[in-house]
Amino acid sequence: MPNMSPTRNEMPVQAPDVRNKNFSEVALGYTEEQAIDEAKRCLNCKNKPCSTGCPVQIDIPAFIAQVAEGNFAEAYKIITKSSSLPAVCGRVCPQETQCESKCVRGIKGEPVAIGRLERFVADWHNAQPEAPVEKPAPNGHKAAVIGSGPSGLACAGDLAKKGYDVTIFEALHVAGGVLSYGIPEFRLPKSIVQKEIGGLKALGVKVETNTVVGKTISVDELMKEEGFESIFIGSGAGLPRFMNIPGENLNGVYSANEFLTRINLMKAYKEGSATPIKAGTKAVIVGGGNVAMDAARCAKRLGAEVYIVYRRTEAELPARAEEVEHAKEEGIIFKFLTNPVEIEATEDGWVKSVHCQQMELSEPDASGRAKPVPIEGAFIDVDADCVIMSIGTSPNPLIKSTTEGLDTQKWGGIIADEDGLTSKEGVYAGGDAVTGAATVILAMGAGKKAAAAMDQYMQNK
Amino acid sequence: MFEILEKRSLNPTVTLMRINAPKVARKAEPGQFIILRTDADGERIPLTIADFDREKGSVTIIFQIVGATTEKLNHLNEGDCLQDFVGPLGRATETEGLKKVAVVGGGVGCAIAYPVAKKLHELGVEVHSIVGFRNKDLVILEDEFRASSSKFVLMSDDGTAGEKGLVTDALKKLIESGEKYDRVITIGPLIMMKFVCRLTKEYEIPTVASMNPIMIDGTGMCGGCRLTVGGQTKFACVDGPEFDGHLIDFDEAMARGAMYKPFERHAYEEACNLFKEVK
Ligand SMILES: Cc1cc2nc3c(=O)[nH]c(=O)nc-3n(C[C@H](O)[C@H](O)[C@H](O)COP(=O)(O)OP(=O)(O)OC[C@H]3O[C@@H](n4cnc5c(N)ncnc54)[C@H](O)[C@@H]3O)c2cc1C
Ligand SMILES: Cc1cc2nc3c(=O)[nH]c(=O)nc-3n(C[C@H](O)[C@H](O)[C@H](O)COP(=O)(O)OP(=O)(O)OC[C@H]3O[C@@H](n4cnc5c(N)ncnc54)[C@H](O)[C@@H]3O)c2cc1C
Ligand code: SF4
Ligand code: SF4
Ligand code: FES
Repeated sequence: MPNMSPTRNEMPVQAPDVRNKNFSEVALGYTEEQAIDEAKRCLNCKNKPCSTGCPVQIDIPAFIAQVAEGNFAEAYKIITKSSSLPAVCGRVCPQETQCESKCVRGIKGEPVAIGRLERFVADWHNAQPEAPVEKPAPNGHKAAVIGSGPSGLACAGDLAKKGYDVTIFEALHVAGGVLSYGIPEFRLPKSIVQKEIGGLKALGVKVETNTVVGKTISVDELMKEEGFESIFIGSGAGLPRFMNIPGENLNGVYSANEFLTRINLMKAYKEGSATPIKAGTKAVIVGGGNVAMDAARCAKRLGAEVYIVYRRTEAELPARAEEVEHAKEEGIIFKFLTNPVEIEATEDGWVKSVHCQQMELSEPDASGRAKPVPIEGAFIDVDADCVIMSIGTSPNPLIKSTTEGLDTQKWGGIIADEDGLTSKEGVYAGGDAVTGAATVILAMGAGKKAAAAMDQYMQNK
Repeated sequence: MFEILEKRSLNPTVTLMRINAPKVARKAEPGQFIILRTDADGERIPLTIADFDREKGSVTIIFQIVGATTEKLNHLNEGDCLQDFVGPLGRATETEGLKKVAVVGGGVGCAIAYPVAKKLHELGVEVHSIVGFRNKDLVILEDEFRASSSKFVLMSDDGTAGEKGLVTDALKKLIESGEKYDRVITIGPLIMMKFVCRLTKEYEIPTVASMNPIMIDGTGMCGGCRLTVGGQTKFACVDGPEFDGHLIDFDEAMARGAMYKPFERHAYEEACNLFKEVK
């Protein structure tokens, strides 16, 4: 008998005024009872509308049916047929616009909590004693992966499972890409990311950190001198954008990347960390995406009073709904329809305040999107001693500029076809490096697709 | 692992280390730098590649002990290993078409200037080196500079080594005496580079300054190393570290360099105390 409750099982969380002072995970995860109860809300729809909303088409009703029966191991198997990072995606996917937006239970109530169930299954699996990994028989071919974000990890995993000798080259000293340096511990514990990477190493994947492809070694050298037959570029979109307004280089102004890197990669939030961070007493975060929410919530945890300044309204915030909700609960103040035009300085060159233009939404244009336009003469000043620019990133030009014959879009994205093939033979690309800043699940999916195409390519060579 | 193959003290606060890093050595060019971490909890700090040996696979760094991380680094010995060592980063010094160059170095900046002077010398460029230190105890790389320069001028603030005065005084004298440089390359404290650039602007001599802002990743990802050059924001780690000295906003760079002063002072004292206790 399905559970016909219109509301989903609440996710147990740390209380807002407790968690906004620590970096431990906010959402604690379902218990087995809660997971089974939630799974029973699923109607097991024949046409699987939910799966069509999932970028990698996980067989959602099938895995949920197993959860309902308490067969968590079986559920895990079903998920991992389509996804290699369920513990991550269950936590960070924008479910409300993907799988859950298509769930029929959402028509007259809340959709089944698909993401939370996925997370539950993955966490359950990770808590089981580790089964010895069977290393696939080597097939004698060598492939390289550049970047260890979700796209690179997924690609490396799928190739390794087919017997390829795979090496991941990563510029930083830690693998994981944005999962390690960007998304904070309280949303995605780093132990989960490291567990995924450990799993790949057990499959035989080699991870060479401290290697900047384009500087330490080039794509052409990897192919011609190191004998890699095919290469996947999953170098992400890490180049921060600034607004180019006066005062942006004052002391106390960070890009979100710098702020989050100091905190996540360099552990600046920990007592006694060698790397410093200054969140100030009053921080203004500019932007409205996941990155802005993460920066804001980190600044809050470091003791600042935090404002998010966004030029559109709440309805247009691109961040995951849950993060916006959590940010509000934690005491972060939103200033909508405001757009910084200048950052004012103290006498000694630090940030003093942010001078903002007030905006209103215009009539929707041809694309159906309402554009924010300035209200003439309406300005406000927001006091701040820290400003975090979180208005987007683009692909780093380093690989493009050092790889002959690799075509990119004007804005820097690598041009790749459906399977990830670039303009250069044997070289594939995917994730944010191709699409621009997007999502973990899309990056992971692109890595898997490319792995299949690279397999074909190397087998037919 | 990045083993320390050789360690030598150049003066009381400046140390030279040769590190085993074949991948970096293979690609290194003068003007480029590396980023290292001493240990798993360490900070990432940038240091210039002072020299390299492609055959032996080693890279030389020369660092001044100024804070917690350089203090920790200085406590490592031959045979110890560094946690991380990544590079070569940044762009190499442009040397094309140069015939006569003045290399102006100040303090530990001379460690950064030396490989540039050496490379130019090897390319057959006429090199005049002007180096300045606070006093004679701080002088480094004198023999090395002499070997790579057709003219070598040593300056000190207090006159205990070479001539008394600033590098700008010496440079001005040379220019006034009729030396025609097609480029001045300057590396040292920001304030020194600012005045070198101001001087060469008067004489319209193209000048390159090597900028050392605070860095984290060194790959263009954080923007922490940004500075304003000709009204545009540049990232020193990927667009530099060398820029047209006549276009750099030095005042902004100086303000940004002081961003973490109080924190660093504290961390340095803690590190010093830590080593005192160990001793
Ligand atoms: C703060 C933040 C929060 C986010 N929150 C969410 C969220 O909640 N949900 C969601 O779905 N998505 C979120 N995203 C987006 C998501 O993280 C990215 O879309 C995804 O990580 C892209 O994966 P990727 O594999 O393409 O690249 P990345 O994760 O960016 O990894 C690229 C890796 O390549 C390395 N690299 C780059 N150049 C080189 C080189 N030349 N040589 C060697 N290595 C190189 C980089 O160091 C990096 O480790 C967030 C992003 C950020 C920054
Ligand atoms: C591209 C580049 C190349 C460099 N090459 C060399 C080199 O060859 N030899 C060398 O001795 N140093 C070099 N530096 C400077 C070196 O990185 C710093 O001295 C080092 O990071 C200090 O670390 P610390 O933890 O010991 O001191 P901290 O505690 O971080 O700082 C101590 C003091 O040094 C100042 N400082 C911090 N970072 C820098 C910096 N990046 N540049 C200048 N001053 C800084 C601080 O404001 C403070 O006053 C270079 C810097 C860059 C960016
Ligand atoms: S991977 Fe993301 S979109 Fe797909 S089912 Fe899981 S949570 Fe939904
Ligand atoms: S649409 Fe909703 S109810 Fe139907 S199968 Fe998918 S999750 Fe279950
Ligand atoms: S050091 Fe991070 S962008 Fe230059």
